[in-house]
Amino acid sequence: MAEVKREFDVLVVGAGPAGMAAACAATDCSASVGIVDDNQSPGGQIWRGEAGAPSTPEAATLYNKFSDAKIPFMNAAVFAQAEPGMLLAESGETVYELRYGKLILATGARERFLPFPGWTLPNVVGAGGLQALVKSGLPIASQRVVVAGSGPLLFAVGAYLKKQGAHVLCIAEQAGRAQLARFVAGLWRFPGKAAQALRLRGELGGVPYLLNCWPVAAKGAEKLKSVTLQQGEKRWDVPCDYLACGFHLTPNTELAELIGCEVQEGCVRVNQRQETSVPDVLCAGEPTGIGGAELALVEGEIAGYVAGRRETEAEMRFGERRKLRRFARLLEQTFRLRAELKGMAQAETIVCRCEDVPLGRLRGHTSWRAAKLETRCGMGPCQGRVCGPAVEFLLGWKAESVRPPVFPVRVAALAASKDSGGQGAMQG
Amino acid sequence: MPNQMRTLCVNGARISVARGTTVAAAILQAGVQAFRRSVRGELRGPLCGMGICFECRVTINGRAHRRSCQVVCEEGMDVRTDG
Repeated sequence: MAEVKREFDVLVVGAGPAGMAAACAATDCSASVGIVDDNQSPGGQIWRGEAGAPSTPEAATLYNKFSDAKIPFMNAAVFAQAEPGMLLAESGETVYELRYGKLILATGARERFLPFPGWTLPNVVGAGGLQALVKSGLPIASQRVVVAGSGPLLFAVGAYLKKQGAHVLCIAEQAGRAQLARFVAGLWRFPGKAAQALRLRGELGGVPYLLNCWPVAAKGAEKLKSVTLQQGEKRWDVPCDYLACGFHLTPNTELAELIGCEVQEGCVRVNQRQETSVPDVLCAGEPTGIGGAELALVEGEIAGYVAGRRETEAEMRFGERRKLRRFARLLEQTFRLRAELKGMAQAETIVCRCEDVPLGRLRGHTSWRAAKLETRCGMGPCQGRVCGPAVEFLLGWKAESVRPPVFPVRVAALAASKDSGGQGAMQG
Repeated sequence: MPNQMRTLCVNGARISVARGTTVAAAILQAGVQAFRRSVRGELRGPLCGMGICFECRVTINGRAHRRSCQVVCEEGMDVRTDG
């Protein structure tokens, strides 16, 4: 395996809105900046595939700034910290040794998945998951899609799929009418968000938006045939080709935890300056709390300017961040999961998809650790990224501390990383 | 425009897809929904679409366990699912 050694004043992990904004801000301060991301090109999940054709003015502005700044983009997955000040990343045949003065973690969020009978069938995908697949070339025209779960993402995904020609049959949102009413009433304080919501509503046209509604089963033999939805006392089957289902988002905190950053209630704890509990390590965007792209951009800029030691530029943005964090709180209150969703999974429903562990085998254990040892729950290649948040919701267990590699890597990469860990002489 | 297309083999069948298409999207385009078998033998397909769930693992050019949603199609690729 080839080894590439790079050194930066500021290294950014994650090239979504927060990471791109952080990298641009740090470059503004004349720091040498590098950015590493597991995806082929910058943009994160929200702007996936938009490098050539940004969908919003904000995206266009940032893409232009980013490409003008000529920030080296490395398409690789970070899997370990060799020592404080050095991360290891892998890409195909290459292992990167990345040294940094300051590190900015902008690792984003992923969808939260909750298990229900049939959720492992092919064509049951995440809501953002289906959008990502369509953005990367899956034709969806004339396919029948049920969008379900929770969060504003469902709205955006429904509108996107409809635009691509899908028959979006309905959007099933678990949150209730009262929560949604409060959300809408609170939106006036955020004109940008209100306009976006109205635009999406318009684009969705006659697609029913069902509140208090969630999937209780996906049916089919080898692939999905229909979805059973529940709303109050009512249950009914909807024949469809895809179920796009995700229950809001959960922060990606694995790398932060590996480095030793303090995590509180699932979010990386940061101070005013976006600094974590570990010296020289900052964090911006969704890992500090789910708040959307606008908040991620501001947090990214603050982190970038702090890392580049231009405090005044950072402080100028505190007010904007405070305002956007209020929106984040509104999101959290609105799309909080209702307890009834715990009833979606049956004893035989698989919770850990990597190791095929059903809920019934987890019950009876008292902790994640005990269940893990006995059942291998969370020990497959996804390392608990899918089942962890589900287990936390269903059984109240917090996932265990993270160990390297935080991403499955080939043995050759591990061997190479051992060599670089210090004393060992490098071969060839 | 031929240079805008990529032709690859999915389980032995040739398929042409637009440049930039991921292997996961190409497999689904080829009409294959089952990407792999789980440890209990169930059929599985992509879930997250962003490289975290590992449900879309397939063999690409002889190398097993590649996350097909994170790999862009290249001319002449040989893709094998385990459905």
